[in-house]
Order: sequence, then structure tokens, then C-alpha cells
Amino acid sequence: MRIIVNGETREVGNQLLSEILIECGYRQNHFATALNGVFVHKHQRKSTRVMSGDRIEVVTPNAGG
Amino acid sequence: MTMLELYGRSFENRMLLGTARYPSPSKLAEAVQASNTEIVTVSLRREAGGSHAGEKFWNLIKSLNVTILPNTAGCYSAREAVTTAQMARECFQTDWIKLEVIGDSESLHPDTAGLVEAARILDAEGFRVFPYTTEDLVVAEKLLHAGCEVLMPWGAPIGTARGLNNEYGLRALRSRFDTIPIIVDAGIGLPSHAARAMELGSDAVLLNTAVARAEDPARMAEAFAEGIRAGRNAYLAGPMQPSDMPRTSTSLIDKADLRE
Repeated sequence: MRIIVNGETREVGNQLLSEILIECGYRQNHFATALNGVFVHKHQRKSTRVMSGDRIEVVTPNAGG
Repeated sequence: MTMLELYGRSFENRMLLGTARYPSPSKLAEAVQASNTEIVTVSLRREAGGSHAGEKFWNLIKSLNVTILPNTAGCYSAREAVTTAQMARECFQTDWIKLEVIGDSESLHPDTAGLVEAARILDAEGFRVFPYTTEDLVVAEKLLHAGCEVLMPWGAPIGTARGLNNEYGLRALRSRFDTIPIIVDAGIGLPSHAARAMELGSDAVLLNTAVARAEDPARMAEAFAEGIRAGRNAYLAGPMQPSDMPRTSTSLIDKADLRE
């Protein structure tokens, strides 16, 4: 199915958020996620089902003021 | 020495430093060390799969052994800011959040209505909110009512280096909320601006670009730390009041009569 990850359209084969993240190359531990603008706790990723057209955000620590 | 008290934690240093826009990670580390800053601000940004930029930055920040204050920079609604705060809590393992809800993309003026709304939600979720606000007394009152125990009024709009645009407003805020920690955030360009904020009775100053974009960030960080210390000491020392009338400092009593 086609979804949007960090603003880019991606074709993915998995449906669970945890699996999609691995499929998209997120293997490190230090990131946080949101699905369609709603925070998804890391413990909820395995039970969160992603639908076609959904927007996933993956963010990591960065510099800030 | 009186300590800076923020949500039950005590700090000796009254300078909070942003981590953005330094020429290199080592320049950032040098600036933190030169100023003895105990609190730094950080953010969250998108990362591509397979990249380790975030992890590298996180390791750098951890090596500095400072308290981390994540921000919600760039958020234009309460909902967006709340989600960002929730992600920051998981990433940075802290319930502290510098809450920014921006209302105008040109002036970067805070959306104070959205700020109060987000502060109320985050307080209910157990966050310790540091609201980036204006010097508006009514907004400040609402933020405190929403659960904030710190106020972060701007000196001037973000990144302008104009110093304190409204000293009267900051003095009024200090006077009205005399037991609430006030951190002047944004618009600070020079150590004299920071010293002035402290002379007015502010409890701390948060700055970033003025240090990061200096030719020598470490030296500028040290200069700011000195300015903030000087301003704090001046406030505690009780400055004399200005007067329209001149008054000699040298006594005229027992001055020799040298008239011809």
C-alpha cells in the first residue's frame, strides 16, 4: 500500500507500524513516531495498524533554541 | 548564592543555552563548557531511515552532562505542539518542555491563546511546561492557572538580537508575579541585553543565536555568562533610583572657601 513517511510517498508491504518502520530502515532505538498527527508510543507500534494514505512522522533529537 | 529553582530542581547558573546554528558540534560543546550552562534546549526533527544523525546528536548532548529542555519550535497549533511534546518526552526522557506555539510566520509572534490551551493539556499529562510567551500580564496569569510554574517572556522576536523591546512590560511582569521564575527568552543579541534583563529582576536568560553565530562562540558564551552574573548581582545589590536632578557625589561640607 501507499503511505507517506516524513512527507515522502512510500510503497510498503507491511501493515503494522513497527514493521513498516523496519521496512523503511528505522533500526536504531532513538526516535519517536506519530500517525496522522497523533503520537504513537513506542510500546504501541506493534499493535498500531497503518492504512493506505496514512501519514507517518519519524523524528529524532536535533539542535534547537 | 541564591539558586535558580525550576520545578523543584536547583541550578547555580542562570544562563540557558540553545544548541542550534553552531559552526560545528565541537563549537557547541565549547560554548556550553565556557559558560558553565546547566540547561540546554533541543528539538525534534524528521530523520530518514538508516540515518544516524539524531543518535549522534543525542550522544553529543549526553556527553555534556547538562539538563535537557526540549522545545516545540515551529508548531503553529496547540495540537501540533502537544504531539511534539509527547514525542519529545519519549525521545529525551524528560517531562520538561519549552512550549512554543507560533501564531505568525513572519514575526514569529507567539499564539498566546494556543499556548494557554496547549499548556493546560500538557500540564494534565504531567509535563513541566516552560511557556514561550509575551510580556502580557493576563496571558501570564492564564498560563499560571493552566499549571505553569515558570514564565518565559520574549525580550524581542526570535532571532532579531534587538535586546529588550519592552522593559516596562518585563518590569511589570516581575512586579506582578514576584515569586514565579521568569526566564527572558529570545531576541537577546549582546551580553549587555542579558545583563539588563537580569538587572530588571529576571531569574534567568535563554539565548542561542547570539552565541552560536558569534565569530568565537565559546568566548561569547563566557561573555554572556559574565553579563548575566553581573546583572543578577546588580539586582540583588539594590540599584539606586534614577533622578532628574543632578547631585554631587563629593560632599560640599567642609569644602575650603577659596573665594577671592
